[in-house]
Amino acid sequence: MKPPPFDYQLADSVSQALDLYARSEGDALWLAGGHSIVPSLALRLQAPSLLIDISRLPELMGITLTEEGLRIGALATHAQILSDPLVRTHAPLLSEAAAHVAHPAIRNRATFGGNLVLADPASEFPAVVRCLDAVFDIVGPEGARQVGVEDFFLDLFTTALEPGEILRSVLIPPAPASLRCGFDELARRHGDFAMVGAAVWLVVAEGVTTEARICFHSVGPTPMRATLVEEALRGRPLAADEINAAQAVLGNDLDPADDVTLPGATRLHLARVLLGRILHRLAGQTAMETAA
Amino acid sequence: MSDRPAHIGQPHLRHNALRHLAGRGAYVSDLQLPRMLHAAFLRSPMAHGLITALDVEEARTAPGVVAVFTAAELNARCKSWTSGLGHFAGMVSVPQNILAEREVLWAGHPVAMVVARSRAEAEDACERILLDLDELEPVSGVDEVLLPGAPLAADGLESNLCFRTELKTEGVAQAFARAAHVVEGDYAFGRHTPVTLEPRAVVADYTPSSGQLTVHHGTQTPYQFQDIYARQFGLPDHKVRVIAPDVGGSFGMKLHLYNEEMAAVAATLILHRPVRFVADRLESFVSDIHAREHHVRARMALDADGTILAMDVEDRTPIGAFSAYPRTSVVEGNQSIRLMGAPYRMPDYRGELKVLFQNKVQASQYRAVGHPIACQVTEALVDQAAALLNIDPWEIRARNVVPDDAYPCTSPTGYQFEKLSHEKSLRLLREMIDYDGLRRDQAELRNAGIHRGIGLATFVEITNPGAAFYGVGGARISAQDGAVVRLTPGGEVHCAISVTEQGQGTETIMAQIVADQLGVNPDQVKVTTGDTDTTPSGGAAWACRGAGIGGETALRAGRKLARRIAEIAGAVLQADPDTLALRDGAVVDAATGVERLTLAEVGRIATYRPETLPAGTDNSLSVAQHFAPTGYPFGFTNGVQAALVEVDVETGMVRLLKHWVVEDCGRIINPLLVDEQIRGGVVQGLGPALFEECLYDENGQLQNGSLADYLVPMACEMPDIIIGHVETPTEDTILGAKGVGEAGTAAAGAAVMNAVNDALSPFGARLMQTPMTPARILAALCVGQG
Ligand SMILES: Cc1cc2nc3c(=O)[nH]c(=O)nc-3n(C[C@H](O)[C@H](O)[C@H](O)COP(=O)(O)OP(=O)(O)OC[C@H]3O[C@@H](n4cnc5c(N)ncnc54)[C@H](O)[C@@H]3O)c2cc1C
Repeated sequence: MKPPPFDYQLADSVSQALDLYARSEGDALWLAGGHSIVPSLALRLQAPSLLIDISRLPELMGITLTEEGLRIGALATHAQILSDPLVRTHAPLLSEAAAHVAHPAIRNRATFGGNLVLADPASEFPAVVRCLDAVFDIVGPEGARQVGVEDFFLDLFTTALEPGEILRSVLIPPAPASLRCGFDELARRHGDFAMVGAAVWLVVAEGVTTEARICFHSVGPTPMRATLVEEALRGRPLAADEINAAQAVLGNDLDPADDVTLPGATRLHLARVLLGRILHRLAGQTAMETAA
Repeated sequence: MSDRPAHIGQPHLRHNALRHLAGRGAYVSDLQLPRMLHAAFLRSPMAHGLITALDVEEARTAPGVVAVFTAAELNARCKSWTSGLGHFAGMVSVPQNILAEREVLWAGHPVAMVVARSRAEAEDACERILLDLDELEPVSGVDEVLLPGAPLAADGLESNLCFRTELKTEGVAQAFARAAHVVEGDYAFGRHTPVTLEPRAVVADYTPSSGQLTVHHGTQTPYQFQDIYARQFGLPDHKVRVIAPDVGGSFGMKLHLYNEEMAAVAATLILHRPVRFVADRLESFVSDIHAREHHVRARMALDADGTILAMDVEDRTPIGAFSAYPRTSVVEGNQSIRLMGAPYRMPDYRGELKVLFQNKVQASQYRAVGHPIACQVTEALVDQAAALLNIDPWEIRARNVVPDDAYPCTSPTGYQFEKLSHEKSLRLLREMIDYDGLRRDQAELRNAGIHRGIGLATFVEITNPGAAFYGVGGARISAQDGAVVRLTPGGEVHCAISVTEQGQGTETIMAQIVADQLGVNPDQVKVTTGDTDTTPSGGAAWACRGAGIGGETALRAGRKLARRIAEIAGAVLQADPDTLALRDGAVVDAATGVERLTLAEVGRIATYRPETLPAGTDNSLSVAQHFAPTGYPFGFTNGVQAALVEVDVETGMVRLLKHWVVEDCGRIINPLLVDEQIRGGVVQGLGPALFEECLYDENGQLQNGSLADYLVPMACEMPDIIIGHVETPTEDTILGAKGVGEAGTAAAGAAVMNAVNDALSPFGARLMQTPMTPARILAALCVGQG
């Protein structure tokens, strides 16, 4: 479990990082928190000639509130996502989910951007940012571009990011009034990747669900939106019968595959139980206070 | 000798813990020797195949590479080894060599060895080796492996049966015929693996000028390996030194012979430089022993009032393509069928064991060999009987255990019990857990849709094994231990002993025991272990023998030295040694307690002024003592465990709320260490009950061989573990101690399985397979099956 030989360069700025990449002729990878890439090198799953360390790029740091929403730098650590007051106020779904991501030691180093770019289908944050309709701010040799979340997660460990591009930050649009949201997952042990997890984002006005975004992780190749469930909830009261009906259609949204520890049907069942639990919790909750 | 035992039984802190906390542990993994080289192995990617091409030339010229070895170079250096024990009649296993020569037997079988300046370079070079295999059909199942025409796990086998045996009393058939009730089940136990914190580690270092081979080896049995290295490599054993310093967990996994350790020794014999091999975690999963896959069909016969009449058990246990060396992989199954029903007054029994070959990693002894299987099957049947007869689970056990006044007695499987305390233990447990209160809460919560379960498991543990275990079978595995205890010139004490320390506190309790014999404090006793050059030869650490056998050795050595000190002091003082005693670091007048001579003074005189002693006085302040248990072949212990769990019946998730153990290990030398042994053991039993399983596909490929996928129990999921004691010392020794290291593991899984099934009882669901994963629990509940 030793990585094959590679070179290492610490970049001071985005432009220098892009330069280093250009000179590597495509045989380089970005290094952020290192908690996914270093194990994958040690397992000899990847063998780049060069690691370009982007973990100190000022352009990728900081969590700020702007007119357009909450901008989270790619280098924000999982620990910051968990505890940052701006995130807790303006994207509480993210901080709620962060408590389920790995263990404190890993959360201290692993980055939000690295997690999203990796696009592990078992990861929590990708599901959450899909619920939050996030926008990805990407820079590359050709300049900057913005990609909406619906176009970002393409497949297993595959995103819209081109080789040599850097995810600079993620924009979370402002939360609407009367938002109710909740995250939960079922994991065998604390901190494990979940058997199934779900992020639920609902706008409930006078007891009626007007908007719904529901996204699962660990049930398919990407974070999976449950659009039929969303449809089943929309325009209806958030109450027991409607929740049952929503749970019933989940099988049309998700079709998880069998794996060595869990048959697909059982995973779907767990997703349905989880959905029911979160929806019941939200039904009992009054609208969260949205920030002014 | 000292007439005031002051330290045995006291909660002394573990000596070496401070050193470990301070980062001063000395593990083989950390050892750096000048000119040391690093080994990596190319392993078979297939579970079964024939080598058609192996080209290592590219690797020889890779950066940093010093040597590349194949079977041609290494196997010639070392005699092959074949597993077997004389008392397992009919057992077969094919001979083993360091590297696969023609046939690969499991995915992970080492085929070539690269020795380089660094481990990274050795791994880089491994990628340059070309290996071609013709795939042979792997043996990976259970039911079909004995069918005629089934593929064989290794060339040279006539069938995939390693060993078969049957134990049977006269009246089994009759007992089942006249039984009012019969309960039965098919039980399956998943393969798992020890996962020590420190992986297997060895640094082998041969010096041709002196002919000395030194092997720094993270093992629990240094003398066994001294003997193996000497014989296999044709060296005189006094020229082989095995040093086992701090060992980061062992659990039985580090007493088996592995290809990689043998390869490191062969390589140093060829290269004359130290060669290091430290398994990485991925290698550990495909080369450390696995353990305890069993498929058991069992029945229990009871009369109308719930008295157990007989059990009938068929145990099939697959082990890998050959049996492990030198202890065999048969002991696990042998103990499993012999421990069935052990706590109970059960007149009749039939047990059949079949040990099977498969193309998987070798499986062999792991902490609590055979116990968890016997306990889980027996205790599951007892609970099934209780449910059928509508008897409370505690009550049915109280009715059936061997009564405390019925000893000595013999089990229907032939185990001789000196004195056990099942009744007392059950009563103590009932009090400790407030059994009636738990049952009341359970009923109330059930009405609220919360499903808690209470599981009980009585157990018997094998400890203090005598030579009947391995010695009679012809294995060169010592049942005796040795100690050299000496008084230093400054009046302090040193004890060099053959039992070893892997964190369980061996050195601490030896110091307590010796201190009591010499009237000193334990911190005045320095204990040395784990070096075949500096300690006498002995069995070391396995099968819970350290305290019982090693402790008795230390006690007798201490007494011998105490007598010597009294004789020397008597000569100096012109007093009868019988009138003297050792107390508080001095020789005192036994009757009055008046101090006559300090130990420092005895040390000074005997060392620096021996000419002042009367002629004929023996001034030897070093004494040696060996001890082998006689009396009972094993020192059995007993106890009972209880688990409280909550099952989420929608998700199949189990929460462990609390766990209790009542244990009787005889004389308790150090209650803190005994409790820690039990707690650690319980966790190691809970792991395979709920989380741990080596999952293979039908091609014999391990599917979850990393810590990302193989789930070890972690602190967050573990319950509080509450421990109570009953103390029934053995009369076979002066010390009276038995073992405790495996008690926790023996019954934890059984208690939890019974608890889960108790929780599920309103649904008519029952699990008979471990680990009890959410998927299996939901399947038992017929929920979420599509
Ligand atoms: C023991 C353990 C448990 C874990 N448990 C969980 C868990 O429960 N849930 C979970 O979601 N994750 C878990 N993780 C993964 C953890 O969250 C990862 O660290 C994270 O997914 C990657 O972030 P990183 O900063 O470490 O990225 P790195 O490992 O540095 O990089 C990951 C990949 O992203 C690329 N990359 C990184 N940053 C950027 C960027 N700004 N722009 C472009 N490309 C970039 C890298 O080139 C690399 O390919 C666990 C990890 C460990 C070691």
